[in-house]
Amino acid sequence: MDPTSLRILIIDENRIRAAIIEEGLREAGHAQVTAIHDVTGIARRIAETEPDVIVIDLENPNRDMLESMFQLTRAVKRPIAMFVDRSDRASIEAAVDAGVSAYVVDGLRKERVKPILDMAISRFNAFSRMARELEEARTQLENRRLVERAKGILMKSRGLSEQDAYALLRRTAMNQNRKISEIAQSLIMAAGLLAPGDDT
Amino acid sequence: MTASHRVTAGFLPLLDSALLVVAREGGFAEAEGLELVLVRENSWASIRDRLAVGHFDVAHMLAPMPIAFNLGLAPLATRTIAPLAMGLGGNAVTVSRALWAAMRDNGAGPGFEALSNGAALKRAVDARGDRERLRFAVVHPHSGHNYELRYWLAGCGIAPDRDVEIVIVPPPLMADALEAGRIDGYCVGEPWNTAAVARRVGRIATVKAAIWRSSPEKVLGVSASWADANPDALAALLRALYRAAQWCGDAANHQALAELLSRPDYVGCPAEWLRPALSGEIEAGDDSTVIAADFFIPHARAATFPWKSHALWFYSQMVRWGQIEASAAHEAVARDTYRPEIYRTVLKSLGVALPGANAKVEGALQTPMPVGSAGASLLLGPDGFFDGKTFDPDRLDDYLAM
Repeated sequence: MDPTSLRILIIDENRIRAAIIEEGLREAGHAQVTAIHDVTGIARRIAETEPDVIVIDLENPNRDMLESMFQLTRAVKRPIAMFVDRSDRASIEAAVDAGVSAYVVDGLRKERVKPILDMAISRFNAFSRMARELEEARTQLENRRLVERAKGILMKSRGLSEQDAYALLRRTAMNQNRKISEIAQSLIMAAGLLAPGDDT
Repeated sequence: MTASHRVTAGFLPLLDSALLVVAREGGFAEAEGLELVLVRENSWASIRDRLAVGHFDVAHMLAPMPIAFNLGLAPLATRTIAPLAMGLGGNAVTVSRALWAAMRDNGAGPGFEALSNGAALKRAVDARGDRERLRFAVVHPHSGHNYELRYWLAGCGIAPDRDVEIVIVPPPLMADALEAGRIDGYCVGEPWNTAAVARRVGRIATVKAAIWRSSPEKVLGVSASWADANPDALAALLRALYRAAQWCGDAANHQALAELLSRPDYVGCPAEWLRPALSGEIEAGDDSTVIAADFFIPHARAATFPWKSHALWFYSQMVRWGQIEASAAHEAVARDTYRPEIYRTVLKSLGVALPGANAKVEGALQTPMPVGSAGASLLLGPDGFFDGKTFDPDRLDDYLAM
């Protein structure tokens, strides 16, 4: 049977992440992929899409609701909720680490789910890497701004050149075993406390 | 003192995670040589899965959950034991303002009386006729909430699976769901009833303590394989949690406890939302305050003792509501999930009051009763069910046949 014939439903409130996972599944040859972002009326959506596999973010607090629905409703045929095969501990652990939780609806065989789960995991990782890089870039930019401001304060109050002001910050950081941005932050705070009230 | 054991525990943002939070923040774990790492989770399913794959050693758990795991009712569950309970009570049933108006028109009173307010709900349900069934939410199929709501409804003549609909909603989203009209009422732990009152979208109709006084709610769920491999760490953790429970039970600490739990990494809600459950002075939701006796008991009356009769009552409700077939084997699984002998062995060294028995007849005590215990004195009860029935774990078959 064609492995790409599976119907896959992605439930993720984070649209960007859902799009990344969906794209990956399509690239892997799965044509029948649906992503939903809101669990309101989810029973109806599941009945409409009749998924074979549901991929849901482990952080989603509605996982309990979804699991009980599998056990209770007739919206899903022969509702069976599984995390992937019990014996496959390594892949479960990887899934939990990556934040993905896959529900296999209707007793699908493990061999068919494994590639989907692997793909979802790598996409979750890719997304979190992206988010981390974005955060790092933002922090770097913020740190640079702090250092610029601290340099300005030193140049003004101590009559230093820009180069000397930076050298002073760096030396202080090294002596105190702290980051330059932390020294800059302290200096800005101190300058703020010491500044006269009418100073802008 | 350097920590000699590192224990990782999962918890959900609820008032009764207090014992774990205080064990860590109050230094009780550290004093036992434990580094207690707390990880906040969003769903009970995640708690279960992370326990199963070894990310967590122990977890804050709904009291029926370890039983459901061991009975094979949940996917991916690992064998789990319950050597300690995390307090008694703590839940309430909140209804929408519209449903409360209907109940009041049908005789609901200003207090939280389970019997008369339940009768009012029954009349309100009957008066709806052919209109869509009322929808109630609980937090999990294998939860004290599900069983006490069903017990209350059924005891008032409302068939939980026919006259109303019961769905699952995560605790922090209950008030949202009520406000949006997706549900008409819910049973949840604090502070998620007070949340609806604070937002003026609901009225508390009754409380867990009025349905079954001194009833079990959360336990410490422990991975059985971890417990076998780490008996010293488990013992240290149980002692730390017992000390934490003592601290939580002291009214002088309630203000500090509310502030501690309100922090974003714990329950993450205003401290005012946590105070009512601790004081028992509950804002009902119609500008009245109701004194709820024994709303939440973290320590008194052996509140941390894992009674086998509690485990068997949960099992009886699993059978009653069709979650599992009754059998001697299943009954044994339920009984063996709760481990009072571990509790007793570990805590004996603290010289504290310990029950002499592993089970009791639930609902038999009308007044506080001193019970035989080693050393210090121990008071149990009152512990009645709202319908006056009792549960004798030795006569389980008779109970199931009723």
